[in-house]
Amino acid sequence: MLTNPVLDTVLFYLFALLVLGGGILTITRHNAVHSAISLIVSLLGVAGLYLLQQAEFLFAVQIILYIGGIMLLFLFVIMLVNLDQAAKERQFNRQWLIALAAVAAVGAEVAIFIYKGKDSFHIAESAANILAPGVKNTEVLADSLFSEYLLPFEIASLLLLVAVVGSVVMAKKRI
Amino acid sequence: MDLTFVVISLIKILVVFAVLMTTLAYLQWVERKVIAHIQVRPGPYRVGPHGLLQPLADVIKLLTKEDLVPPYVNKALYLAAPFLAITMALLSISVIPFGPEITVFGHQTLMQLTDLNIGVLFVLAVSSLGVYGIALAGWSSNNKYALIGGLRSSAQMISYELPMSLAIAAPLLISNTLSLHDLVMRQEGSILSWNLLHGPFPQIFSFIIFLIAAFAETNRVPFDLPEAENELVAGFHTEYSSMKFASFFMAEYANMITVSSMATLLFLGGWMAPWPEKYGSSFVPAVIFAFAGVVALYHGMHAARRRDKKTLPVFGIIFLLIAVVFVLPITQIWLIPLFWFCAKTGAILFTFMWVRGTLPRFRYDQLMGFTWKFLFPVAILNLLVTGFLVAWFS
Repeated sequence: MLTNPVLDTVLFYLFALLVLGGGILTITRHNAVHSAISLIVSLLGVAGLYLLQQAEFLFAVQIILYIGGIMLLFLFVIMLVNLDQAAKERQFNRQWLIALAAVAAVGAEVAIFIYKGKDSFHIAESAANILAPGVKNTEVLADSLFSEYLLPFEIASLLLLVAVVGSVVMAKKRI
Repeated sequence: MDLTFVVISLIKILVVFAVLMTTLAYLQWVERKVIAHIQVRPGPYRVGPHGLLQPLADVIKLLTKEDLVPPYVNKALYLAAPFLAITMALLSISVIPFGPEITVFGHQTLMQLTDLNIGVLFVLAVSSLGVYGIALAGWSSNNKYALIGGLRSSAQMISYELPMSLAIAAPLLISNTLSLHDLVMRQEGSILSWNLLHGPFPQIFSFIIFLIAAFAETNRVPFDLPEAENELVAGFHTEYSSMKFASFFMAEYANMITVSSMATLLFLGGWMAPWPEKYGSSFVPAVIFAFAGVVALYHGMHAARRRDKKTLPVFGIIFLLIAVVFVLPITQIWLIPLFWFCAKTGAILFTFMWVRGTLPRFRYDQLMGFTWKFLFPVAILNLLVTGFLVAWFS
């Protein structure tokens, strides 16, 4: 594998910038379509980070499912509703002090947790370094998903099925 | 990094780009000719012999047209949409393999820009990004016809992506790889080892589902609802002119080439000949071109029109020269796989045009009902049976 530490670092910060910048723009833009596009940029950054970890299957699935499927449906709904009203309304309410206190409290909490348990954290190795040569990332993922984590996988799919049936029942008056 | 690798890659990129662009231009000429002959008329005939320079004239026309940005559009997205559509459409060609590994001046190289280990997923991902070009073009134009066209197209593409992905998954179960190069290498042999006819469960149903979904994914007749001109003017590209319109047009044709080559790679054995070389499959291209050359020469001698007396013999000699090139051992090694790949892809592209000249357009609710109530269940059933049989026999 061709890996260049400098290039990897540059790419990491580039994708991190995409993720964070996209996230910030998502909540600050007035126009809902622009917000959706910022979220897409953010998700693309996450896909890039997956690729940097040489998890190419996750990269492809991130783009196909999140960007190509879910976000397109979001955009679809946003385009259909009238946005002129929403764009004129005030975007943030004025409870700065309470929000600041809450964020500070949660931040302190997380910081304490991370500080207490810092020994059990370690930065993940990229997939290619851990796996034996010749073993592919996609196959290992499939193996663990369909043997070790079969039950959670099936439960998750059942949950999604329930959501689909539920939304059909709620949307349709007569089935 | 190895310098020869960089140089070879650059050359390959240049060649593939030039060939793809020429093909895009001439595919449109071929389509107009095919449709014309289906409707018993000659088609483009004025610009150059048999209208062969028509694509060039079209390019000049589109380049010199006024590039208009209507007022009240969302400018950033309006300008980004055609760029997005054409970029994503051209990107997927980078993983399509045209032939096996060959040796050029002592350097081993694949007849492919790059062999990704998730090539199939990459093509799916890129094509799903291409939908944004159309959806955003429809929204940012600030025009009700464009918006409805864009929404229709994104709904249609999401819906048909499901049966398409399921139809792709079935041959992948048999071939057991996601790399497009390995996919073709595992279909080596004869026509019987192609995924279409091979394996515990021949993938004929997958192939048909894939083709139907491909028509919808590329917004072609009979699924060209997004640009139904009698109700939506021109759909999502109503407000676009000049090269921005041309970008959408080129994206549509590039997507056609991509899905046709994907069908070739997944089901029809890629660049593999339909029967082994020891039974003379490598002489087929030479024989076909020689026959075409002789026919053109014969008709040139007994030409009814004065112009044909010059043009047809020229074509005949060109065809005969191509036939000679196919027999030479030096060029044969890499031209024969390329011939089979282009022949299969071309046959599917011809089907696209043939269907356009034959079938009327669907109604929108029929279009959606067809995929969700028929195509999707059949694709799931096909995948289940294939998966079961593959597990049974392995």
